[in-house]
Amino acid sequence: MAVSVATSARRLVVAVPYLWLLLFFLAPFVIVLRMALSDAATALPPYAPHFEGLSTIGSFLSQLDLENFSLITDDPLYWQSYLYSLRIAALTTLIALGIGYPLAYAMAAASRRWQGLLLVLVILPFWTSFLIRVYAWIGILRPEGLLDMVLGGLGLAGEPLRLLNTETAVLIGMVYSYLPFMVLPLFTTLEKLDRSLLEAAADLGSTPLTAFLTVTLPLSLPGILAGCALVFIPAVGEFVIPDLLGGPDTVMIGKVLWNEFFSNRDWPLASAVAIVLLIVLVLPLVLLQRARLARGGAA
Amino acid sequence: MRKSSPGSVRRAFQPWNDPAAKPLVEFRGVTRRFGAVTAVGDLSLSLYPREFFALLGPSGCGKTTLMRMLAGFERPDAGEILLDGVDITAVPPHLRPVNMMFQSYALFPHLNVADNVAYGLKREGLPRVEIARRVEEMLALVKLEGLGRRRPDQLSGGQRQRVALARALAKKPKLLLLDEPMAALDRKLREATQFELMDLQSELGMTFMVVTHDQDEAMTMADRMAVMDHGKLVQIGPPDVIYEAPANRHVAEFVGDINLFEGRVAAIEGDLVKVETSFAGTIELDEEAPALGVGEPVLVGLRPEKIDLGHDEPIGVANKVAGEIWDIGYLGDFTMIQVMIGGEDGQLLKVALANRTRRIARPFAWEDKVWLSWDIEAGLVLRP
Repeated sequence: MAVSVATSARRLVVAVPYLWLLLFFLAPFVIVLRMALSDAATALPPYAPHFEGLSTIGSFLSQLDLENFSLITDDPLYWQSYLYSLRIAALTTLIALGIGYPLAYAMAAASRRWQGLLLVLVILPFWTSFLIRVYAWIGILRPEGLLDMVLGGLGLAGEPLRLLNTETAVLIGMVYSYLPFMVLPLFTTLEKLDRSLLEAAADLGSTPLTAFLTVTLPLSLPGILAGCALVFIPAVGEFVIPDLLGGPDTVMIGKVLWNEFFSNRDWPLASAVAIVLLIVLVLPLVLLQRARLARGGAA
Repeated sequence: MRKSSPGSVRRAFQPWNDPAAKPLVEFRGVTRRFGAVTAVGDLSLSLYPREFFALLGPSGCGKTTLMRMLAGFERPDAGEILLDGVDITAVPPHLRPVNMMFQSYALFPHLNVADNVAYGLKREGLPRVEIARRVEEMLALVKLEGLGRRRPDQLSGGQRQRVALARALAKKPKLLLLDEPMAALDRKLREATQFELMDLQSELGMTFMVVTHDQDEAMTMADRMAVMDHGKLVQIGPPDVIYEAPANRHVAEFVGDINLFEGRVAAIEGDLVKVETSFAGTIELDEEAPALGVGEPVLVGLRPEKIDLGHDEPIGVANKVAGEIWDIGYLGDFTMIQVMIGGEDGQLLKVALANRTRRIARPFAWEDKVWLSWDIEAGLVLRP
């Protein structure tokens, strides 16, 4: 009796996260998928067919099709924005890694007292609204804006830079916004790194550079992967930054999705765009995990 | 095990007494400070080729700093360090022909055993075949054949220690530094490893310097040891000299157990010194050419194993004192007995009795009235 109570209690505990996933991940996914397989219609909600009970399920299912997905693959607008989004996200990730790694390295090398302060400084921007911070960049980057004024004042630039509404502006905004997500996991792995390993490397004849390449870098690989994933994944679907800082050329998939949903009111097509985005993002993660498991098994 | 009769070989090995011997390592007036703390103060020390040298001291005495300066991880604030006559004070660690075995072993967790051992050889740019050969040789030396593909986290503590040793030996350094090499091993393994390390050292003909807080370890392995305290070398010498003729109270108390009697020199008759003590009466001891004055306050040190214990008053001995047994600690190979002399408020002495025969019924019991005695060669004079 007592055992079965304990067992059911344990089952309940295990069930809660599964229930959560079912309710807030799987159910919305099914709804979006169902919408993606429907057709747009001037109705409320703006798609057809509608599910009207189990008796007509046959005709309901027969009306679902992959038309939206074939449209996405046919129209270059979509796959071009996917590619563009991947490109921007990849660039953002690379730049964030380039800036974030030295930053995290310096933080990990700093004394305990400074570490706390530096950590707060990295997290501090989160205390202000994300939207306000991106708007602030408009003020900096716009013609005759803060950047132009400072550069002009120093006599470094004669004419306005015209950065706003370009890809550069988007990259600046993206790197700025996502940098903490790169720095924090890197800092955690670098901070855990046993200093005596570097001394051992030096003792065995490594220059500081060789020691970094043969010890620090391989041992911080988990941090690099985590940081890149944390930056790359949300960056692909980013909507706000390209919308505010970008121009007509910087059409990222998040913007396309927003347009389909709100401007064109084509919910099914927007859903299909979202599903493809999910696959584009999840597939590499699954492959990465597979590779890691395979490597772990071999070792 | 060492081949030919090792004792005699070892005894003859005393380069520190040979003025013509060229030291391998020389510390000359080396000082290292951390803020207001002087970790090593104006220290001079010479190590000789093929010597097994142990640096012994309590934690925080500066022994680790001294070793780290030799490896190049710390720069002295003053003084210089010479290796083979060359000033290496400013040479960075990766250019020194010195290797170190770290207390934590510091094995690279992302590399397997063979790659750990090969790490230093790869930095030398040796050909691949040569590296593989040397790695095999090193793994055989530390008896880890066939474990080259394991990762450090798949090894036992003892095996990890061997990998660390093999990695440090692989480059055939002039000088091997060992930082608390046995600290993480259990007692049995520690003893076996100590002897293996001594064999290795004489086989390879290298100079070893081991830093330890464990006096048994230092005394077992070292040709010569130095006792360090507060950044200074208090005494340097072979283990038996350190134990039997400690330079001062600190060394006497740090190395082994000792009973100390406070007293005054009552008389000096040639080599015989008589010291008047408060609880043990007049102690007579043999002191070669004593540089003492009558009336001078001194300490008499007496090691626990040099005291005889009996129920009857001994006759014809130089030193004897009556007491009562307060405590008996049976340790298997010997028994440590605490005896109170001079009544309730007197002085507690430690007496070590070797358990030379199997006897379940012990000859001594708590509260026994006993006599302690020792001859004139047993005690030693220390300045307070």
